[in-house]
Amino acid sequence: MIKRISLTLRIWRQESHCSEGKFEDYFMKDLSTNLSLLEALDKLNHQLIVKGQRPVNFDHDCREGICGSCGFLVNGQAHGPQNATTCCQLYLRKLQDESTLTLEPWRTKTFPIIQDLVVDRSSLDRLIVSGGFCSVDTGKVPDANEFKVSQQQAFSAFQTATCIGCGACIASCRNSSASLFTAAKIAHLGQLPQGQLSRLKRAQAMNKQMFIEGFGSCSNNLDCEASCPKEISANWISWMNNEVRQYKKDFS
Amino acid sequence: MTHLPDPCLPVGALSGSWERVRDGLPSIRPEKKDGLKIVVVGAGLSGSSVSATLAEQGYRVTLITYHDSPRRAHSVAAQGGINAARPIRDSGLDGIDELFKDTLRGGDFRAREASCRRLAEISSSIIDQCVAQGVPFAREYSGELATRRFGGALLSRTFYARGQTGQQLLYGAYQSLMRQVANKRVELLPHRDVIELIKVNGVVRGVISRNLLNGELEAHKANAVILATGGYSNVYFLSTNSIKSNASVIWRAHRQGAFFANPCFTQIHPTCIPSGDDFQSKLTLMSESLRNDGRIWLPKKAHDERNPSNIPEIDRDYFLERLYPSYGNMVPRDVASRRAKELCDSGFGVGVGGRSIYLDLRDAILMQGSDVIKSKYGNLLEMYERIVGEDPYLMPMRIYPAPHYTMGGLWVDYNLMSNLPGLFVLGEANCTVHGANRLGANALLQCLGDGYFIAPYSIAAWLATQTFTSNWKQIDNACKDALSTARNRIDGLIKVNGEVPVDNFHRELGDIMIKRCGISRNKNDLRTGLNEVKTLQNKFHSQVRIPPLENSPNPELEKAMRVADFLELAQLILVDAHSREESCGAHFREEYQSAEGEAVRDDKHFAHIAAWEYVEGGKSIKHLENLTFKEFPPSTRCYQ
Repeated sequence: MIKRISLTLRIWRQESHCSEGKFEDYFMKDLSTNLSLLEALDKLNHQLIVKGQRPVNFDHDCREGICGSCGFLVNGQAHGPQNATTCCQLYLRKLQDESTLTLEPWRTKTFPIIQDLVVDRSSLDRLIVSGGFCSVDTGKVPDANEFKVSQQQAFSAFQTATCIGCGACIASCRNSSASLFTAAKIAHLGQLPQGQLSRLKRAQAMNKQMFIEGFGSCSNNLDCEASCPKEISANWISWMNNEVRQYKKDFS
Repeated sequence: MTHLPDPCLPVGALSGSWERVRDGLPSIRPEKKDGLKIVVVGAGLSGSSVSATLAEQGYRVTLITYHDSPRRAHSVAAQGGINAARPIRDSGLDGIDELFKDTLRGGDFRAREASCRRLAEISSSIIDQCVAQGVPFAREYSGELATRRFGGALLSRTFYARGQTGQQLLYGAYQSLMRQVANKRVELLPHRDVIELIKVNGVVRGVISRNLLNGELEAHKANAVILATGGYSNVYFLSTNSIKSNASVIWRAHRQGAFFANPCFTQIHPTCIPSGDDFQSKLTLMSESLRNDGRIWLPKKAHDERNPSNIPEIDRDYFLERLYPSYGNMVPRDVASRRAKELCDSGFGVGVGGRSIYLDLRDAILMQGSDVIKSKYGNLLEMYERIVGEDPYLMPMRIYPAPHYTMGGLWVDYNLMSNLPGLFVLGEANCTVHGANRLGANALLQCLGDGYFIAPYSIAAWLATQTFTSNWKQIDNACKDALSTARNRIDGLIKVNGEVPVDNFHRELGDIMIKRCGISRNKNDLRTGLNEVKTLQNKFHSQVRIPPLENSPNPELEKAMRVADFLELAQLILVDAHSREESCGAHFREEYQSAEGEAVRDDKHFAHIAAWEYVEGGKSIKHLENLTFKEFPPSTRCYQ
């Protein structure tokens, strides 16, 4: 027996970056609880198109929680109520029958709204451009087993490397700080022997870029960690700050 | 009169042939490279890796992707791992021969021997490259790289980063790419669909893109164009691919003269989360690596509706272990998928509509402990629990085969150039090494091999032979023509202004394709399918409704353009499947099977790559590239 529920979706509608936005309510009934929240939005869009109205625009692609495309606030929470879950993996069985869900885009100046629930996250790419890489040219590399890495070290680096760049940490932070995103990349590369060469320089450059982009500072509220669908620890922010201090000591 | 161009296969001994070819290729003076512009379409593993490498070498690269960032490309979703030749303990062998043979045999001898050999030979440099970029592969206690076993192999040579190998490899390539964006060697153009090629005197000299944010059409001129746009499994609507994965660029190239090779070679992955609801939008893969520890079974009795935990050992049929004692649960994907379908067809299936089988971790958890299983597959099992709402540590998972990968793609020669000069095709979008069935963990390998180690050499060699003397007026005219073709196509779709949303057509196309051209195929179904798709195509072009949004985002228009192309490609898939009167790899024709239900290949008539030429308003023309096997003669695949 498939369980069915009704939901009221209160969705932020905004034509473009320059236009004004507002909430619109959409009542949906007979939704199978085996649907994901994004599939419920597909269903809503189907109805809107048939009625000749503009469908709701939202980012999505892989729908298995790994591409990082999707993301919006569900009742004020980034990606919704379920722990360690992107909104494409949020299934209706986790929601209350006859409840109201308020869906709105990430709200921060560093992610300008494109339309409805879609925002421009190119600032995250620019953070990587500022130094989030190992400087090696194709083919000019040593044998893979030259680098010995302990299991613990490899796993810890892997955990920080799982960041999908969705932007939830920034949208959840009262300062719109990108510290968790940045620290995750610095920690991923900084923990591995391959990343040692420009370790401190990378930390410094990426921190500088955070300020250029207009991201705020970290004031240890830890909302980033709570909202991260990949459960990346905010301890790495302290680790990053230490790296930057180290840079200033060594290079000033 | 047309003919198939020379596939440019190497002469002489197979072993080491790529190195010989590569070292003999003409090169370009470094100062000349700066004046050469290369447009790359697609930012997945092969697109990002080739862009980074070409930029490092001094070319000017423009990378176009429909995503907002290259990090979103569908390569990110690859789970299990990447194969590479690995020395075999106590044998003195380097493992290259074994990987080469497994790839060729896995593809059921429908791929080029020389390309498979090359893939195996360059494989370990790919691992070196990824590690140097900081890809956090799993490690052994000794600190060396760890490996695991994958389907279709008896050796453990799959390198992995938990169940997120594709993600980690993509981020490695993405970071190398962003380093070149920082160096201003790569111009990154996100939020754009490429919808047309620019051709001058038969040579590809650029592309037309549509800006997805404001609808503007843009022309990008280039000295060479690389397509790295992935596969076309979404022709089945429900597949493991990302929702927006599409065949539009390769289909547009095909319409402009590029040959499409072996379109019917589509792989159905045995272990996916089955479908459950009408509005379900995709099927999610459960990595093949789970078959290392999971045992696949069904109840011995048909229509057994007991809770699986209450079904005693004696009533369980571990059918893969029973039928294939030496490979057991690790048989190749096509074999596992077919056996699953047959048993479900005869009423042994479980779950919704009897369309699932069990993948059971119980014994592995008992033997190794749930901590060990969690460390190996944690993220996959969490994903299963989120989607299905059941705990795989307590209940066997329900899985079913789903369209996953397409071995077919644009025809390319040994140098990865299509029959259109100046157009190179990389990764899943081409047809090179996987034959009729891709071996698990070879997809990532091929993408990175193409992008890091093959295309950069072969493109340089081609550019070195070109003089680029055609005058700018000719190129400008070609741009204008391509722009107006694209504009007319968009206007035509919006003008239909019918009643039916795009997804309805896509869903219906998927139903036809999975039914008529899925895990098994036969002549009648393929014919019926072709008529059904034609009818659907007519309906689409007279009933589709696309919101008339001109200068702002219009996701429905993006979808409509993709579905229009899928509707055409589907017909070519059906025609190709109909004309390949044999069973090989993932292409199983019911008419051609042994008494035991195994595929029967016909090497006498079908040991070839079928390369199709598009004919406007007429029947496609089939060209044959005959395959010869010097070092590893075809044998019947046997996994018992």
